[in-house]
Formats: sequence, structure tokens, C-alpha cells
Amino acid sequence: MLELSILFPALLNGLTMGAVYALIALGLTLIYGVLHIINFAHGAALMMALYGVYYLKDSAGIDPYLALPVVIPVMFAAGYALQRGVIGRASHGKDENILLVTLGISIVLENLALFLFRSDTRTIDTPYTLSTLDIAGAMISLPKVVAFGGALVTAAVLLLIVYGTDLGRAIRACAKERQGAKLVGIDVDHVFAMSFGIGLACLGAAACFLLPAYYVNPTVGNGFVLIAFTVVVLGGMGSFSGALLGGFIIGIVESVGGLWLGESLGQIGIFLIFIAVLLFRPQGLFGAKA
Amino acid sequence: MLLEISSLRGGYKPIEVLRGITMHVDDGEIVAVLGSNGAGKSTLNNTVCGLFPAFGGEIRFEGRDITRARHTDIVAAGLIQVPEGRRVFPNLSVLENLRLGSYRRGRERREQNLEKIFALFPRLRERAEQRAGTLSGGEQQMLAIGRGLMGEPRLLILDEPSLGLSPLLVEEMFALIKRLNEDGLSILLVEQNVGQSLEIARRAYVIENGVLNFEGTPAELLANPQLKRAYLGI
Repeated sequence: MLELSILFPALLNGLTMGAVYALIALGLTLIYGVLHIINFAHGAALMMALYGVYYLKDSAGIDPYLALPVVIPVMFAAGYALQRGVIGRASHGKDENILLVTLGISIVLENLALFLFRSDTRTIDTPYTLSTLDIAGAMISLPKVVAFGGALVTAAVLLLIVYGTDLGRAIRACAKERQGAKLVGIDVDHVFAMSFGIGLACLGAAACFLLPAYYVNPTVGNGFVLIAFTVVVLGGMGSFSGALLGGFIIGIVESVGGLWLGESLGQIGIFLIFIAVLLFRPQGLFGAKA
Repeated sequence: MLLEISSLRGGYKPIEVLRGITMHVDDGEIVAVLGSNGAGKSTLNNTVCGLFPAFGGEIRFEGRDITRARHTDIVAAGLIQVPEGRRVFPNLSVLENLRLGSYRRGRERREQNLEKIFALFPRLRERAEQRAGTLSGGEQQMLAIGRGLMGEPRLLILDEPSLGLSPLLVEEMFALIKRLNEDGLSILLVEQNVGQSLEIARRAYVIENGVLNFEGTPAELLANPQLKRAYLGI
């Protein structure tokens, strides 16, 4: 049996990563819930945001955490414009078209990154990169603790928007009843674009919290989008509380799995969960039956 | 004149459903639009509300040309439709549904209007926190009307409000519509329930195959043996 002194830090590590997974998955589930599409460009968008954070630090010397007020609005605007100008227009009202368009966007973005930034894996160096925090005897990397707190705060803000504002109500209304939404004067295209923008804004926040303890290369998004997708399926497609809980579960499974099986094989637990959910509870933990 | 429709043509491209409709609603009136299934009543509603594009003709609301206006601007102007099949937001609570009724219009007086709606439909207050999808058909119809009223309509279009309700609720529904009108609301009532509609309407239009084949008072309609046989079966 593993000793508590090893298990406890692994659990904490899992929680911190889980919070970031949850944040990425929240964006994915928001877009799914409203637009009924899986945004295949989610990983590529995260990668672009990570590069944004990287170059803000590398060229302009802006600390990743201070970059939040820049990266979040830029990602939001990019998402809004992408949905309004490209995805919405190219879809012609067909969900399978949207799927292909987002896949296309991800391929374009990845290759653009390869061309512009080359395939090197890059990291940033901050004064606190190697700092650790002592939590009940467990040494946790400080950036991870910040990521945990930041991801939770961002998730709380997102939930406040979704459940406490007219925009949020309109987003949820458009998810289920577009005709009714139009009849109360909701501009459905605008709400779709806002949803997509908010979904990508979550990635902007995630990128700022991730990079001090992580790296960036043109394919870094793929791993995240796969995990985020698992989180969304585990929690229930379109469910916000599901995405939050699912993120933590996956983070802990990955971290504790890594203890037994090693860093790279540890991820196997995530996909075992994925298969088990699909087999036994395809609607996810919080999902409504189709 | 509140609503003025002239030679309106429209439908689902390329099929023309409305083939030249001319009608109007005056301030304070209840006007009934009658016609059998597929006559073009709902197409007329949705074209007036800007959900479908008009192929030709003109729609004026309070003197303003709204023929090519966006549905958001039409709601903002106070022309509000309560659609057939209610179309409430099933995943939102009753309260949230009502709040969204004032998304585009009447937001400043949202809380006051909420009180009015709850006074009008005490049942909705009881169920304020319940998801709209779990309400009964009659309650959903109340909610749909309540949501429409939250937008402070100048003209309320009611599309088949009695559809799917029990006979007792149908009675209540028409009594309610009459009361709303007596309180000063102008109503365009689109119904298959000809008998009850004629009891409360000031004037009526009958649509058949996308054209009007009658306009006048309920008394005139009832005096026309042919229409009486076609729509009332007597």
C-alpha cells in the first residue's frame, strides 16, 4: 500500500490539475450545450493562448498572471469573431458542417503555429516557477496552487454569468428553445457568438494559469482537448457542475494513476474511466438522458 | 392604426404560402384570425414578427414600416407573439422564463411587471422555482402568455392559445384574453377554436389557402351561411 505521505501530495497535485481541466472543460461544455457541437478547435485555441502568454512574457516581459486582463478579452474577441464570421456562416444550419469547420480551424491553427513558432517546446521562467508551498507537509508547486485558485475563481465567474445574468439566461434559453428565444427578442446569432467567445475566454484564463508550470508547443492542445472531452463526457454533455466535478475526478485519477504506473502510463486511468462511462452511464454523472 | 398589413406575401422559399393578405388591427381591439390547419395563420404570425422574410407587400406597426425589420427590433417596438406550442424554455425556471420575457423590452420595470404577472397567474408564483419543462400544458400556456406580457406588448399576438387545453381551461383562457383586452391590451388572436374566438373578438378575418375570404364582425360571419357551415359545422 502506498504511504499517505506520497498519496496526499499526489491528491493535491491532481486537484490543481483538475481545476485547470475543469476550466478548459467548462468552455467546451458551454459551447456544446448551446451550439450542440464539439469544438474540435478547442485544443488549438488553448495552444494559441499559451503562445500568446509565452510571447507576452518573452518579448514584453509581462508576467503571465498580469497578462490575464489582456489574454482573456483577446480570446473572447477571437471566439466571438470566429463564430460570427466563420463557423456560423459556414455551417448553414447543419451541425455536421460546424464540426468539420472547427476541425479545419484546428488544423489551420496548428500548422500556423508550426510555421510561426516552430515545433520547439518552450517554457517561461518566472521568479516563482520553482517555488513551492508547504500544505500539511506536502510540497506543492506555487504556480499550481495559483492555477487551482485562479481556475476556481474563473469557474465561479463563469457560473455567475451563466446563472445570474440575462446573457446567461439567454445562453441557456438558446440551448433548448431557439424559436422561443427569438420571440422574446434574443438575437440568437449574437448569443451563439457570445457563448463561443466565453468558451475561448476560459481557455485564455487557463493558459495564463498553466504556463508558469507548463510548456507550450504547437500540439500541446491535443492532450488537453482529449482530457477535456473526457471530462465533459464524464460530467454529462452540457452540464456545468458535471464539468467541474469531472475535472477534479480526472485530475486526481491522472495524478494518482501516475504514482502507480508512471507519468505517461498514468493517463490510462482517464481513458478507462471514459470507456466505463460510455458503457454504463452514457449520459454522464449530471447529464440528462437524451 | 396599430398594425397595418397590406398585400403581404410570404412563406418558405420557394413556396408562397401567403398570397396577398391585407388586414389591420386598431388600438384596443381583439381581432381574430381564423382558418383551418395549413391555411397560413402561423406563417402570417411569423412573417409579421420578422422570423420569416416577407416576399412582398408591407407591414406597418404604429405607422412604422417593419416589413424588413429584424425580429429583435420588432419585439423592441412592442409587437410580441406568444407562439403556438408555447415555446417556453424547458430548462429554465418559471421565474427565469418570465425574466427573459423582458430581455429586449420592459427591463426597467421588470420587478413590477413580475408582480403583475404573479397576481394574474398565482399558479406561476407557486411554481416560480420549478423548471418550465415540468409544468402542465395549461401552466405552460400561462407561462408563455406571462412571458409575452413581461415585454410590455403594444400588440400581443396569441397563436392557438387554447390548443391542447382541457375544455374547462379553454373557457378560462378565453376569459383571461377578454380581461387582458378590457385592461387595454390590443390582441391579435389566431385560433382554430372559432366559436369562442368569435365571442370575444371585435372583428374577424378568415384565411384560406393564403388569402382572406372574409373580413368583418363576428355577427356578419355568423350571418354568412357558407362560412358558418365551413368553420362552425352548423
